[in-house]
Amino acid sequence: MQLLEFQAKEIFREYKINLLNSISSTNIEDGRKHAKELGYPFVIKIQVPVGGRGKAGGIQKCQNDDEFDIKYPQVMDLVIKGEKARAILLEKMADIKKELYLSIFLNRSKRCYTIIASSEGGVEIESVKNQIIKEIGLGDVSDEVANEVAKEMGLDGITAEGVADTLKKLSKLTIEKEAELVEINPLAIMQDGTVMALDGKFVTDDNANFRHDELQKYQEKTEIEEQAEKSGFSLVELDGDIAVVGNGAGLVMSTLDMLSDNGGKPACFLDVGGGATTESVYEALTLISKLDRVKGILVNLYGGIVKTTVVAEAFLKAYENNLIDIPVFSRLKGTESEKAKEMLQGSRTNIFDSVEEAINAAVMGIKK
Amino acid sequence: MTDIFELLKGKPEDVDYEKKGVIVQGITGSYGSIHAKQMISYGTNVVAGVTPGKGGQKFEETIPIYNSMQEAVDATNAKISIIFVPAKFFLSAAKEALNSGIKLLVAIPEHVPIRDTMEALDLAKQKEAIIIGPNTPGIMIPELIKIGIMPPMPFKAGKIAVLSKSGTLLYEISDALTNAGFGQSITIGIGGDPVNGTRLIDAFEMVKDISDLEGLVIVGEIGGDSEEMLAKKIIELGFNKPTVAYIAGRAAPKEKRMGHAGAIVMGTYGSAESKISMFNKANIPVAKRPAEVPVLLAGKMEK
Repeated sequence: MQLLEFQAKEIFREYKINLLNSISSTNIEDGRKHAKELGYPFVIKIQVPVGGRGKAGGIQKCQNDDEFDIKYPQVMDLVIKGEKARAILLEKMADIKKELYLSIFLNRSKRCYTIIASSEGGVEIESVKNQIIKEIGLGDVSDEVANEVAKEMGLDGITAEGVADTLKKLSKLTIEKEAELVEINPLAIMQDGTVMALDGKFVTDDNANFRHDELQKYQEKTEIEEQAEKSGFSLVELDGDIAVVGNGAGLVMSTLDMLSDNGGKPACFLDVGGGATTESVYEALTLISKLDRVKGILVNLYGGIVKTTVVAEAFLKAYENNLIDIPVFSRLKGTESEKAKEMLQGSRTNIFDSVEEAINAAVMGIKK
Repeated sequence: MTDIFELLKGKPEDVDYEKKGVIVQGITGSYGSIHAKQMISYGTNVVAGVTPGKGGQKFEETIPIYNSMQEAVDATNAKISIIFVPAKFFLSAAKEALNSGIKLLVAIPEHVPIRDTMEALDLAKQKEAIIIGPNTPGIMIPELIKIGIMPPMPFKAGKIAVLSKSGTLLYEISDALTNAGFGQSITIGIGGDPVNGTRLIDAFEMVKDISDLEGLVIVGEIGGDSEEMLAKKIIELGFNKPTVAYIAGRAAPKEKRMGHAGAIVMGTYGSAESKISMFNKANIPVAKRPAEVPVLLAGKMEK
């Protein structure tokens, strides 16, 4: 999961990384109280799990109560890249000299952690110039490496010390929390030469969740996503109107791609897992029936070890229980698919031989 | 570089040539037992199973079960194992296998923490062993040996190598290849995790020198940069066997994990565009749909 800025900063604070005073809230009444405690001027920052907040107007300076009353709700109501505000962070304003970039990420192909640092931060990583890249293995960053990075960034004195120190703390928390990515952008140099983390990004390895109870409070899932997880499915909500269901992440992604190529808009990505059973497909249909925006369901199943008749049974059960009253476009391939087609004859499920045909029919069917 | 065919088949002079023994770790579990049976019926020589506490029993009345990998390896001298234990227990199962002399480890479990995979890989490196997976459908030489969970129908013996991150897309695309008359010499599931025991580039190293190889199919997906690495390698080596790629996840939103732990785009790292453009540079056509793969492959062969 990707933590929000204020959550990442909670962890940074635990590791004694320098931070400005800040307080998060989810409504304006609490926000007003925090504004008093913090004192003007400060910055109002939207908390969403995506980048590009500044450009979208999600970070606003605030000088007094009047401005606060206007800007807090404005920022709260923003939708950035489809993401609504989860909270608002009020943070003291900083008098800064320069912005740096610092991150540690899991280098997947090199199979080690890697530092990226730059003396020119404050922009998105793709635009960060003069990147210093250092592969550091699986252990903590040594004093030597930390000092070397600071030196290569062209820093000296207490600023170099501060950067090296921050880097070591960052590596400690990366390893202890099993992060895939930890980023401070910008890491600011203050007028007195010390450094301060102005933003924080933190992506965890979800598969290690069972070892990290302390991170569970940050888990953010929609109700439907939570139910899907309980059933052992992967579900990602999207904003279109055709629900996409299949078995295997690759196959479902591929179906999503083909649907989009044909002008369809996926409402969700739902992978019932490599195998499919009557129960799991029924459960998937139950979840989808709870998504109001869905006008049709596209099913792409490659029955391997699993018989497609088992899948057909799930549909019949769903119709019998009036679970689904929207059209279903389905491609069932694999064992006993002829029999499955027979079973579904005359039902709400339209069966197609190829996924391409199912997609065309779904896109046309939904437009009507 | 270890010769994967020698590991899977052995040498012609071996008494067990093309009948190399495989140990199934977690053979009595619900998943392990189904797939052990499926592998046996495909012709894989499953010689032992391991389930702690069930040593002395028999699987399907014929295959001995041992309490530990060491006992199983001592009794059978097998060099190959396949793991079906829950993700939490993967690391200890993998260590046990590697420390007992296993040289090819197929890791089926999904949801293994990255740190555990990396630790297992570290040990595998010391022991000069290969790990395929985790989160892989496995590896197979069609019509000869299957070490994995793939259904048999899509595959047919032939001369095309298929490397795939996704399981179901491996089946789907192999099915399309088979129907178009392209059998497969070997198929290797890379797995959908962020860190893979055998990366695409390693799998490529295993297959690139097959003497009668007629083509290569690469099935990738968003996340990481292993497709890019492979494309660069292909350019560097001037590898010129007909090669076609497919990339899933073009329409996936950024910064969302799409089912597989590894299928996530962070910034531009892992994007479909980046992979497709690198394949284009390597003069490898990228299919827009799985069904297009055999068409593009046939086109490449005509040239």
